[in-house]
Amino acid sequence: MFEQEKWEIVWNHRQSFIDGTISTVIMALAGLAIALVLGIIFGLMSTSQSKPPRIISRIYVEFIQNTPLMLQALFLFYSVAFSGVKGFTALICGIVALGIYHGAYISEVVRAGITSVPKGQSEAAYSQGFSQIQTMFLIVLPQTIKVILPPMVNQVVNLIKNTSCMFLAGGAVDLISRTNAFAVGEGTASAAGQGYIIGGVIFFVICFPLSTLASRWENRLKNRDVSSNKKEGAK
Amino acid sequence: MSEIQGSLNMITNGDVLLYLIKGLGFTVVIAVIAVLFGLVIGTILALARNYCTSRKTVIFRWLATAYIEIFRNTPLMLWIFIGLVYFPSVDVSADFSKALGLSRTEIALLIKGIIALILFTSSVIAEIVRGGLNSIPKGQFEAAYSQGFGFFRTLTLIVLPQAFRNIVPTLLSQVITTVKDTSYIANIAIAELLGRTFQVIQISPRYTGFTSQNVSDVFVLCGLACIMYFAINFTISCIVRRMQKPKVRKPVSV
Repeated sequence: MFEQEKWEIVWNHRQSFIDGTISTVIMALAGLAIALVLGIIFGLMSTSQSKPPRIISRIYVEFIQNTPLMLQALFLFYSVAFSGVKGFTALICGIVALGIYHGAYISEVVRAGITSVPKGQSEAAYSQGFSQIQTMFLIVLPQTIKVILPPMVNQVVNLIKNTSCMFLAGGAVDLISRTNAFAVGEGTASAAGQGYIIGGVIFFVICFPLSTLASRWENRLKNRDVSSNKKEGAK
Repeated sequence: MSEIQGSLNMITNGDVLLYLIKGLGFTVVIAVIAVLFGLVIGTILALARNYCTSRKTVIFRWLATAYIEIFRNTPLMLWIFIGLVYFPSVDVSADFSKALGLSRTEIALLIKGIIALILFTSSVIAEIVRGGLNSIPKGQFEAAYSQGFGFFRTLTLIVLPQAFRNIVPTLLSQVITTVKDTSYIANIAIAELLGRTFQVIQISPRYTGFTSQNVSDVFVLCGLACIMYFAINFTISCIVRRMQKPKVRKPVSV
C-alpha cells in the first residue's frame, strides 16, 4: 500500500483523476440546477389548490422515486441515441437524468417546507392584499428555507454520489468510471488499490463537509424547536 | 408500426419474460439480504457510536464513526469496483449454480457485489438506528437502572425494542432505496433486473426479427423493467405512508 512506485504511477496519471473530478463536479452542478428548477415547480404544484397540478406532481414524484436512476439514465440515453439524435453525449444525458431524478426528491423537500408554514401566514398575507404569487414568493417560501436547507444539502451529497449513473450505458465520464478505467487499465492495474484510494478520498473530501454541515444544521434546528416549545409551555 | 410489433413479440416470447422475471426475483432477494445483514451490522455500529464512551471502549466509537462517515460519503459504485478487485472470490458448488441458473463465475461476481451493497447499506442503516436510539428519552434508562436493570438488559429489553418500533417506516423506505441500489450491481454481473434488461436490449434483434435494434425495443424493455420496479417499490411506499399517518386517538373522558 505504501510502495513508492505505485503512488508514482498514480501521480503520472493524475490528469485522468483531475478530468474525472471536473466532469463529476460539472455533472453535479448542472444536474443540481435542473433539479432545483423541477423541484420548485413540482413542489409548488403539489401544494396547489386545484387538483390537476397536484395529480401531475404526484405522478412525477412517485414514478421517479420508485424506479432506479440507472434505469432512467439507460432509457434516456438509448432512446435518444437510437432515435438518431446527434450530439447527445453521455455527459449531457447524465446531467438530464440526474436533474429529473433528484428533481423529484427536491420537490418533496419543497412540499414539506411549504406545508410546514402555518396557514395563517398566507391568510394574513391575503387579507393585506397580497396576490397568490406574491404571498408564495414573499411570505411563504422565505420562511421555508430554514426547514428546507438540511435535507436539500443531503440531496446534493446524494447527487454527487450518483454521478456514476452513466457507466452502464457506456459513458465513462465521471470520476468513478475514470478511476475504474485506471484500475483495470494496461500498465496501471498494478496500482489499482492506490487509484481507488485516491478516487474515494476525492469523493470524501467533497461530500463529508456537506453532509456534516447538513446534520449539524438539522440538530441545531431540532434543539431550537425543543427549547422554543419549552418556553411556550412555560408561558 | 411493425417495429413495435416486433418489440412486443419479445415480451410475448415466454423465454425473455421468464428471464426478466427471474431477474426481478434476484433483485428482491439481494435487497432483502442486504437489508437484513445491514440491520445487524448497522445496529452494532450504531450502539458502538452511541454508547462506547468510556475511556476503555472509546476506540470502538471512533472506529464505528469512521466506518459510517466513510461509507456514507463515498458512492456505492466505488465499493462495488473495489469489491471486484479485493473481495474474496467465493466458489460455489455446481449444483447451486445450476439451481440459480447462473454460471459459477457470475455467482462469484454477484457475491462480491452483494458484499459491497451490504457494507454500504449497513452504514446508512446505522444512522437510521442511531436516530431511533436518540429518540428514546433518557428517563427510560434512568427508570430501568433504578429498577435494577444492568446496561445490557436495559438496552435489549427496554431501549432497543422501542427504538426499532420507531424506525420501522424509515427502515422500509430504506428497503425501497436498496431495491434501487441493487441496480448498481448490473455494472459487474448480469443477474438482477437491470443487468438482464440491458443485456436483452443489446441482443434484441435475435427476438424481434429485425437486423438492428429499434427505439421501440428500448421503450418496451425499459418500460417493462420500470413497471416491475414500480410495482414493488410503490407497494412498500404505500405501506410506509399508511404507517406514518397520525393515528386518530379517541379523546379520553375523565
